[in-house]
Amino acid sequence: MSDTADRVQKIVVEHLGVESDKVTQEASFIDDLGADSLDIVELVMAFEEEFGVEIPDDAAEKITTVGDATKYIEEHKG
Amino acid sequence: MRRVVVTGLGLVTPLGGDVETSWSNLIAGKSGAGPITRFDASNQKAQIACEVKPKDHEWGFDADQRVDSKIQRQVDPFIVYGLDAAGQALEDAGLTEMDQAMKERAGVSIGAGIGGLPGIEQESVNLHERGPGRVSPHFVHGRIINLISGQVSIRYGLMGPNHAVVTACSTGAHSIGDAARMIRDDDADIMLAGGAESTVNPLGIAGFAQARALNTSMNDRPEEASRPYDKGRDGFVMGEGAGVMVLEEYEHAKARGAKIYAEVVGYGLSGDAYHVTAPHPEGRGAELAMRMALKKAGMEPGDIDYINAHGTSTMADTIELAAAKRVFGDDLGGASMSSTKSAIGHLLGGAGAVESIFCILALRDQIVPPTLNLDDPDEGTEGVDLVPHEAKKRNVEAVLNNSFGFGGTNASLILAKVD
Repeated sequence: MSDTADRVQKIVVEHLGVESDKVTQEASFIDDLGADSLDIVELVMAFEEEFGVEIPDDAAEKITTVGDATKYIEEHKG
Repeated sequence: MRRVVVTGLGLVTPLGGDVETSWSNLIAGKSGAGPITRFDASNQKAQIACEVKPKDHEWGFDADQRVDSKIQRQVDPFIVYGLDAAGQALEDAGLTEMDQAMKERAGVSIGAGIGGLPGIEQESVNLHERGPGRVSPHFVHGRIINLISGQVSIRYGLMGPNHAVVTACSTGAHSIGDAARMIRDDDADIMLAGGAESTVNPLGIAGFAQARALNTSMNDRPEEASRPYDKGRDGFVMGEGAGVMVLEEYEHAKARGAKIYAEVVGYGLSGDAYHVTAPHPEGRGAELAMRMALKKAGMEPGDIDYINAHGTSTMADTIELAAAKRVFGDDLGGASMSSTKSAIGHLLGGAGAVESIFCILALRDQIVPPTLNLDDPDEGTEGVDLVPHEAKKRNVEAVLNNSFGFGGTNASLILAKVD
């Protein structure tokens, strides 16, 4: 797992209180990890903080899986 | 008329994370007070509090037992305490597995006086330092008062009345009294009722200290600082925690063979119509509440064996005692009266609920908890049994709990043994 994926996984585990083995790149935040829309807002804020990236609302709306988040961060981080 | 009984109890207090630990420490005369550990209080006038202890403490609270870690992170501690105490009460009542019809007749009435002040303080700093985009999306619903009742309803599937009282330090008593009426009025068969609070944060301590409500002279002697009725008292000690009880319609409780602790027989409410923080100097509002509770209970003053006083360790203690004397007589009709705030501090919106639970345990165990630190009783206390220093075994058939709050809001509850 890349460093980014590793850190994304850690944040998701921490924020959603789920087991780390469930946080695969394919996992959907809502369908697989029990998140609601507000949890996703909070996760996006945590990603912005951790990686120093800005994730605008329209981009955040397209992030539905752990892999989507990892990909967006890798493409946009400085 | 539908009768209302108590069938389950839950406590999170500075003396324990559950009912039996809190109660046995209270009866043993232990104090929950200590230096504030939650934050650096060195620049505060009041540097002590009765905090709920961490889980590695001898009588600590383990939030992980009943509250999901995700929820713990999103909400203020008062909600965590309330959720846990509600869970304890349901378990104690044997009501963790209710069918849908029962759940639709089971409600929640758990309030708080202030609510999520620590989170409001933190997020306000966050907003100023980092901007609106960094404010937590869980900020609002993790801080507002009715979210204990909301969270409890969601966690346990309770679809009856969902209510939350906000009457400062009378909240806990009003929550129980109002919930009992909902059962009596046939809105529900079961109500989880109580109160919670956690404002051991810089703004909470500073605010109450500036209102001249807190003890600020005994920072070096925290366990001696809460001393109701003692001449040396000079303000309350901030407490935190939660108390929740299961109220149930009597026939409903009997039909399922539930353990019945007590019956809610009297409830009196009044307003002082006098001052925002100071009680009426003659305690007229307090007197009205106590008299109304007695009348509703169909009891005479001599029927009450134990009074759990509001007794905050302020000048108001004398006023409450004078009012109680007018209602019950100079010797309180033989009743013992103590302030358990001497041991757990003042839980604000949680106080009336926690103290009502102590009253119920006094009925159960035929023992009344002490008023700690009562070394030099104030004038006017002569001839009254204020249970100084040590718990006292005695006959206890009926108990009264007083709670008075800022704004001049008063509540008295009477609980009695069920024959």
